[in-house]
Amino acid sequence: MSDVAVRPLTEHSPEEIERVKNWINTEEYQEKNFAREALVINPAHACQPLGAQMVAHGFEGALPFVHGSQGCASYFRSTFSRHFREPASATSDAMTEDGAVFGGQNNLFEGLENAYTVYKPKMIPVYTTCMPEVIGDDLTAFIRNAKQKELIPEDLPTPYANTPSFNGTHIHGYDSMLLAILQNLTEGKKVEGRCTGKLNLIPGFDGNTGNLREYKKYLEMMDIPYTMLADITDVFDSVCDGTYRMYAGGTSLEEAADSINGKATISLMKYCSPHTMKWIDSEYSGEKAVLPLPMGIRKTDAFLMKLSELFDKPIPEELKTERGRAVDAMTDAHQYIHGKKFAVAGDPDYLLGIVSFLLEMGAIPYHIICSRSTKKFQKELQALLDTSPLYGSQGSIYINRDLWHLRSLCMTDPVDGIIGDTHCKWVARDAKIPHFRIGFPIMDRVNTHRTPVIGYQGTINFLTLIVNKFLDIVDETCEDQWFEMMR
Amino acid sequence: MAERKPIKGITKERTEKLIEETLAVLPEKAQKRRAPHLGANEPGASSCAVKSNKKVVPGVMSQRGCAYAGAKGVVWGPIRDVVHVSHGPIGCGVYSWGTRRNLMQGIPGVTSFPLDFTSDFQERDIVYGGDIKLEKLLREADELFPLNKGLSVLSECPVGLIGDDINAVTKKMEKELGKFVIPCNCEGFRGVSQSLGHHISNDSIRDHVIGKRGFKEETGPYDVALIGDYNIGGDVWAAIPILEEIGLNVKATWTGDGEIEKIAATNAVKLNLIHCYRSMNYMCKVMEEKWGIPWLEYNFFGPTKIEESLRAIAERFDDKIKKNVEKVIKKYKPMMQAVLDEYKPRLEGKTAMLFVGGLRPRHTVGAYEDLGIQITGTGYEFAHQDDYDRTSPEMAKGTLIYDDVSEFELEKFVEEFKPDLVGSGIKEKYVFQKAGVPFRQLHSWDYSGPYHGYNGFKIFARDIDMAINSPTWDLVKAPF
Repeated sequence: MSDVAVRPLTEHSPEEIERVKNWINTEEYQEKNFAREALVINPAHACQPLGAQMVAHGFEGALPFVHGSQGCASYFRSTFSRHFREPASATSDAMTEDGAVFGGQNNLFEGLENAYTVYKPKMIPVYTTCMPEVIGDDLTAFIRNAKQKELIPEDLPTPYANTPSFNGTHIHGYDSMLLAILQNLTEGKKVEGRCTGKLNLIPGFDGNTGNLREYKKYLEMMDIPYTMLADITDVFDSVCDGTYRMYAGGTSLEEAADSINGKATISLMKYCSPHTMKWIDSEYSGEKAVLPLPMGIRKTDAFLMKLSELFDKPIPEELKTERGRAVDAMTDAHQYIHGKKFAVAGDPDYLLGIVSFLLEMGAIPYHIICSRSTKKFQKELQALLDTSPLYGSQGSIYINRDLWHLRSLCMTDPVDGIIGDTHCKWVARDAKIPHFRIGFPIMDRVNTHRTPVIGYQGTINFLTLIVNKFLDIVDETCEDQWFEMMR
Repeated sequence: MAERKPIKGITKERTEKLIEETLAVLPEKAQKRRAPHLGANEPGASSCAVKSNKKVVPGVMSQRGCAYAGAKGVVWGPIRDVVHVSHGPIGCGVYSWGTRRNLMQGIPGVTSFPLDFTSDFQERDIVYGGDIKLEKLLREADELFPLNKGLSVLSECPVGLIGDDINAVTKKMEKELGKFVIPCNCEGFRGVSQSLGHHISNDSIRDHVIGKRGFKEETGPYDVALIGDYNIGGDVWAAIPILEEIGLNVKATWTGDGEIEKIAATNAVKLNLIHCYRSMNYMCKVMEEKWGIPWLEYNFFGPTKIEESLRAIAERFDDKIKKNVEKVIKKYKPMMQAVLDEYKPRLEGKTAMLFVGGLRPRHTVGAYEDLGIQITGTGYEFAHQDDYDRTSPEMAKGTLIYDDVSEFELEKFVEEFKPDLVGSGIKEKYVFQKAGVPFRQLHSWDYSGPYHGYNGFKIFARDIDMAINSPTWDLVKAPF
């Protein structure tokens, strides 16, 4: 190394640092920030195979299997374990450089044989990372060959989904994997004239097991038999009793197979299941409905009324009482949240739910960010805002913008709070506003996944979280003369 | 070093029988591949018999990550004043954003960059290539974060597969921006684990960083660099004060809370002190060969190893440092004794099993032993032969050594050896806690730390005690 190339260390002056620190909060910076075309900073979404893995976990005895790099499998598993504080057992066929050159068939052969022999799964759902997607591995042929070579039993369900990370987000992987699993399990199971009398409920990519338990509660209260597709509740909210169970729950494969003969199918997160629902529409018997995530009173009402209509069952008095309690909680607490402005970030279905709840409270969904979605979604969300001239009209929707954009918005046009997953904490800190954790992943608080935010009880929970935090802030920050016993 | 006392109930025969029984569930080919990676410890042997750094056996549920994880998560990510770009699809950057606990000073977004920067590859980038996008992205990043001291480009799988040339782009942009723009070809499919990612990152430091900056002041006799400490939970901040107290001058940290220009000028120090040998021995060797800088491995886990290490460090310096070292050891003795007095009575006689990355499975053994805990099994996700050779003497005869252990193997080992604690990672944690086995995450310090140095040991002892002795474990079995 010649000394000519050696430069002295540089140091930024305190004034320069102060200038930039202030500059990144300005409108001028925001303009530059929004002019970005290539760089994405702090996105609020993940990649397809993560969503595929969540679905795969939701079936009894299923061992999620990543075809591709082992590091991806470790990332997905870690992400689920951080969010749920639960094991997330999934394996991979660990493709490396030779796989990149020759294709991943040998890895898949060995991987399927080993995984089946050691972990004795009832089903191995396979999904891909970008590597086999780029080189164009033919999973149809590979899996057929593995069975022909008798590495795994012919009758072992091995649904597979192509889940390239360079396309869509985790919710699209959820859709693709769910579709593949249902297509696989229901093949040849349709019986003309048979009706199981059951509801098929597709909850969507929801990291809140409390929500799923709440759906079950409603269905049991209404005496509606159901099959949840896919049911992650007991997998990602499992007991600690001295025994580790690798397959701790999930929808039984028989029930899932028979779901094709169901009485009705409801999807509760339309953006998580468009392809699945399109296929179900043409293949499944019974009625089909796509409903919004039931957050807030009206969307919960709609869900229950749809259930009542489809199954010709009355909504029990108990649920009407529960509704009344939720509305009571809202009227009691409205004064603490009315007119407050919120920044909201998340997946499309969650955003629709959160915005709906805020509007019901007289709060203002102000900056709304979805870091990857479509114009169609933007239109739907805009229509929801338009239903409320007073509170909704102030909101702006930003599609394909990230949390660094959101930071700019919150600095130049402040809000009172931010609602979104853990990643939003950086914006909340810089903007000095409270952060209400909802969505996926939440890696820095306990038991958020066990606390439902859908339905009437969920509405009370979410409302309580928000209002009490605002009250805590008043108590923690007010001057002595404003510190009071009552709030 | 004296050989460890045998651990009650742990014999070579029992360990080997356990290994045999565990492997029996695998198909024959996989058995053959896994068998060399498991063994009973022979402390006297010249080389550890356990094989390592081989490909993962597909399907068995390895806990390993990839080269990108080793590059972004381990080596590059902790450098605080550099914008680290995850180049490729969205996922890798998101999953590795803030999930390693490599803490850093600075003002986020102004002088430090604990953010997720990505090129968020779409189908068109795969088809047409991402080089042009990368060039534009680097310009945008530099404009929006003008106080960055450099930018690193960390390739994800597709980049290498579609034949992009990030090296050409970074070369051009380094010239244009007048600061470090560093390529790192760490695609996840390269190599067999995170380890190659460390090596590739070391190589990119060698090729693009080291020697390119110089400290303004002349090199002093006590100038050292701290290598292979990633400031997990603040470890660097617990280590530096000790080194300063003994009179050394820490000029750079690699890479925890690190600054790129100081890293670039490290070739001016007198001695490199390396904690994580696995991930950074490469650059120590480069600096030794090229600039004649000696390096020394040290261990700041637990008072026994700290004292040993401080004395070994003192040997490399004059009497002034030697005297200081003895003073420092004496000063902290009562504090360490107080820690032992508090926790050892509750922990004496307990056993633990470890499975971590490339250093801690051997480096933390002494800290457990200080507390009276014996280690009955240990192993690494991504270590090499030289790591296992360094491990063998730290472990008692007949204890279990496992390399790249898969989920069912570790489960079976723990079931048989019944340790009072398992120390491993997030993926393993809940498997064992469900089974009622106390657990601490040893990659992230389970959101606690620091564990390095004298102050770290206080926290380590408290955490291990609370894990093992938490009253919650008594509730696991229902009385009905």
